[in-house]
Amino acid sequence: MADDTARQAQTVLRLSGITKRFGALTANDAIDLDLKRGEIVALLGENGAGKTTLMNILFGHYVADAGAIEAFGKPLPPGDPRAALGAGIGMVHQHFTLADNLTVLENIALGTQSIWSPRLDRTSARARIARLSGEFGLSIDPSRAVSDLAVGERQRVEILKALYRDARILILDEPTAVLTPGETEALFATLKLLVAQGLSIIFISHKLKEVMAVADRVVVLRGGRLAGERRTAETTRQELAALMVGQEVALPNAAPREAGPVLLELRSVSTAATAGTPLRDVALRLHGGVITGIAGVSGNGQAALAGLLSGTLSPRSGQLLVGDAAPAGWSPCTALDRGIARIPEDRHAVGSIADMSVTENVISERYRTEFSRYGMIDWAAARRFAERLIADYDVKCPSPETRIRLLSGGNMQKLILGRALDPDPVVILANQPTRGLDIGAVAYVHARLIEARDRGAAVLLISEDLDEVLSLSDRVHVIADGEISRPFARGEKSISELGEMMAGHGLEVA
Amino acid sequence: MRLEPKPRPSKIALILYPLGAVAATLLIASLLVMAAGASPLSVFGLVIKGAAGSQFALLETLTRATPLIFTGLAVAVAFRARLWNIGAEAQLYVGGIVTVVLGTGLLPLPAPILIPVIMLATILAGGLVLLGPAILKTRFGVDEVVTTLLLNFVVLLFVSMLLEGVLKDPMGLGWPQSQMVSTDARLPRIVEGRRLHYGFVIALVAAFAVWFVMKKTALGYEMRAVGVNAEAARFAGIPVNAVLMKTALISGGLAALGGFSEVAGLKGNLTLDLSSGFGYTGIVVAMLAMLNPLGVVAAAIFVAGIFVGADAMSRAAGVPSYIAEVMVATALLTMVTAIMLSRYKVRWR
Repeated sequence: MADDTARQAQTVLRLSGITKRFGALTANDAIDLDLKRGEIVALLGENGAGKTTLMNILFGHYVADAGAIEAFGKPLPPGDPRAALGAGIGMVHQHFTLADNLTVLENIALGTQSIWSPRLDRTSARARIARLSGEFGLSIDPSRAVSDLAVGERQRVEILKALYRDARILILDEPTAVLTPGETEALFATLKLLVAQGLSIIFISHKLKEVMAVADRVVVLRGGRLAGERRTAETTRQELAALMVGQEVALPNAAPREAGPVLLELRSVSTAATAGTPLRDVALRLHGGVITGIAGVSGNGQAALAGLLSGTLSPRSGQLLVGDAAPAGWSPCTALDRGIARIPEDRHAVGSIADMSVTENVISERYRTEFSRYGMIDWAAARRFAERLIADYDVKCPSPETRIRLLSGGNMQKLILGRALDPDPVVILANQPTRGLDIGAVAYVHARLIEARDRGAAVLLISEDLDEVLSLSDRVHVIADGEISRPFARGEKSISELGEMMAGHGLEVA
Repeated sequence: MRLEPKPRPSKIALILYPLGAVAATLLIASLLVMAAGASPLSVFGLVIKGAAGSQFALLETLTRATPLIFTGLAVAVAFRARLWNIGAEAQLYVGGIVTVVLGTGLLPLPAPILIPVIMLATILAGGLVLLGPAILKTRFGVDEVVTTLLLNFVVLLFVSMLLEGVLKDPMGLGWPQSQMVSTDARLPRIVEGRRLHYGFVIALVAAFAVWFVMKKTALGYEMRAVGVNAEAARFAGIPVNAVLMKTALISGGLAALGGFSEVAGLKGNLTLDLSSGFGYTGIVVAMLAMLNPLGVVAAAIFVAGIFVGADAMSRAAGVPSYIAEVMVATALLTMVTAIMLSRYKVRWR
C-alpha cells in the first residue's frame, strides 16, 4: 500500500484514454501514458503513428475527443497551451523556433517579461541563464547571435529556453534528426543530467538505436494505437522494430557490383560562397553501378555539392563533366536533360509544390517534353502517369487530385523517388533521402536506390546518418569544410577514423 | 484566438459561408443606411432596381463592368504567379495613350485592320510597363508592390503632360483632353442608343482566354507553380524568371486593353478621368473572384452593379452614393473572412 502511494506521488504526467479523430481517421485511439519523476520515456512509432498528434493534445494545440490529462496530480484544461506551460511542460520542436537576428539571451528571455516593461532586464536574465547552463551542463555564450550558432547549439538554446520557463517535463520531438553523432552524444549526456536533477522527459523518435541508448522506458505507437510498452533493459531493437511496424524488417542487401564507367565527374571544382560552405578544389568520380556515399557533418559543403548535381549551382572554377563532356549552360533543366535524377534534401519546400496536386507535382520535371504539345498540357496523360507512379511506388493517397501537402512524409518521398527514378536516370543524386522517414519507408527508399544501382546508374548518396552511408555505399568519401576526401572502399576505414576526418582532422584528399 | 486548418473543408461550408458574407454585408450596409435616415429595404430595392431593374440599368452595369473585367483579369493573372501588380491603373492609362496616338489618324487603315493593330500595340505597351518592375524584381530584388504602385502616379502625370502638350486637342477649348479617335478606331455599340459597346465582348473573350491559358497550357501550369512555390519550381527546371516576364506581359497587356476599351468603346478620347480607379478596384474584383478568371467576370458585374445601383438610389433616396464604396469594401472584407472561415477552424481561448 505504502509502496503504491509513493509510486503514485512520483507520477508527474498521466494521459488516460486519449482519443482524437480527424474525420474518418483515428489519429489516437484510447492511448494511456504516464511519466514518472526522473524518467526518460521514448515515444516510438512510424510517421503517422500518432506521436505528434498525442503531443499536440498534451500541449493544448488540439483538443482530444475523449480522455484526460493530469500534470503533477492536477487535471490539465484541454486546448490551452498556456496552461501546459504553466504546469511546467516545455516542448523542444524538431524545427527550432528561435529568432535568428536576436542573441541567445534575447531568445531565451523573450516573452518571459512583461511587455509593458520598457527594456529587457538583461542582468537578471543573464545570471539565471548562467546558473541554468552551469547546473545542466548546457554551456553557451548568451551574448552570441543565434544566426552564428551551429544546429546542436541552437538545440541547447531551445532546451535552456524551456528550463528558463521552469519546465519540469520536457518533450523533445525528433531531437537528433539534425545532429551529428557527436552532438547526439552530447545531447544524451545533457538529458541524463536533466533527469538526474528530477526532470522528466518524453523523447519522440523513430530511431531504435537512440531510443535504446537514452530511454528508460519505451512506449510504441502503431496506427494511432498503443502497440506496446517495454523497459529498455528488458527488450531488444528487433522486438521494438517488430512492435513498430507489425512485421519483421529486412536490412538492405547491398552486395557490391562491378564498377561501370565514370558517368559524372568533378575536376578540381570550387564554388562561390553563396550556398553555405563552398566547395574547395573538389575531385569526385561517380561510376555506374556504384553507390558513392558522402559522409560528413551537416553544413560542410553538402549543400554546394547537391546544388552542383541539381543544376542550381555552377562551378566557379574547375570542371563538371557529364559523361565526358562539360554541358553548356548548367541549369536544373540541363541536368534533367542529361539524365540526372535529383532527390532533394527538403521535400516540402524544394522537392514538391505542396499546394498543388499529385498529378501536377509528378509532371513538374517532364511537362515540357512529355506531357505537353503545342504548349498545351495533356492532363489525361499526366493523370495516367500519376496513377502509374502511385501504383508502382506504393504511394498511399486518395487520388491523383490530392494536394501533395496532405500526404505523409514517407508517401511524399515515394512520389519524389518515383518522379526521379521513372525515366531511368543515368546519375542519381539522393540528398538525405530518408531523413524523417519511418522504418518501412526507409527500407523502401534504400531498396529502390540499390535497384537503380544494379541497373547501372551512378548513385550519389549524401547523408548525415553515418549508419546509412556505411550500410548502403560501395565507396565512401568524407566531406569536411568544403573539401572531399579520396574514396574509401567498404570497410577500409573504421567508424572512428571516418569520424576524425568528419571533424576535419587528417582528411585524405586525393 | 487561433486558426486551425480544417483537414477537409465541407462542401456545405463552401456555399454557406459566402452566403453569410452577403448577409453580413447587407446588415452592415443597413446600419449605415439607417444612420443616413432611410429605410434599408427601400434603399436596397432601389440599388437593385438601379443596377438591374431595366434594360437601360442592366446595360449600364455591364458597361461599368467592362474595364473592371480587364483590370480584374490583369490582377488575377499576376497574383496567381505572385507578381504583385498594383499598377493596373498605370497600364490602363498607357493603353489609352496608345489608342489615342494610333487612332487619331496616324494609321490610315480600315476598321477591321486598324482595331486589331491598335489592340496588339496596346497589349504590348501595357506589358512593357509591367515588364520594368518585373525585371527590377527578378534582377535586383526590388519590391514590385512599391514600383508598380508608384508607376501609377508617374503615368498619370505623364498623361497630364501629354494632354497639356503634344496630345492636346487644338479644338478642346483649353481643356486637358486629346482629340477624338477616328470612327475607324471606334468599337461599335452592341445595342443602338445604349452605351454598352463591343469592349464588353472582348472582355468576355479575354476572360475565357485567360481561363484557358491558366487551366490547359504549360504556361498556365508554370505560372501557378511559380506562384505556389518558386523555389521548388526552379528546382524542377521551370524557368522562373522567364515565367514572371511572360506573366508581366500578359497582366500589363490585359490592363492596357481596358484602357483601349474605354477610349475606343466609350469615351472616344483620352482625359485625366479615363479611369475612376479601375486599376485599384480590379484588385478587389480579383480577390472577390479568388483569382479565378471566370469568377472575375461575375465579380466585376457585381461590383459594377453596386456602383451603378447606388448612383441611381442616391438620386432617388437622398442617401449619399458613397454607400456603394462602403458596400463593396464590406463585401470584400466579409467574403475574404468567409473564405478563411470555410478553410480554417477558429478556436477562442
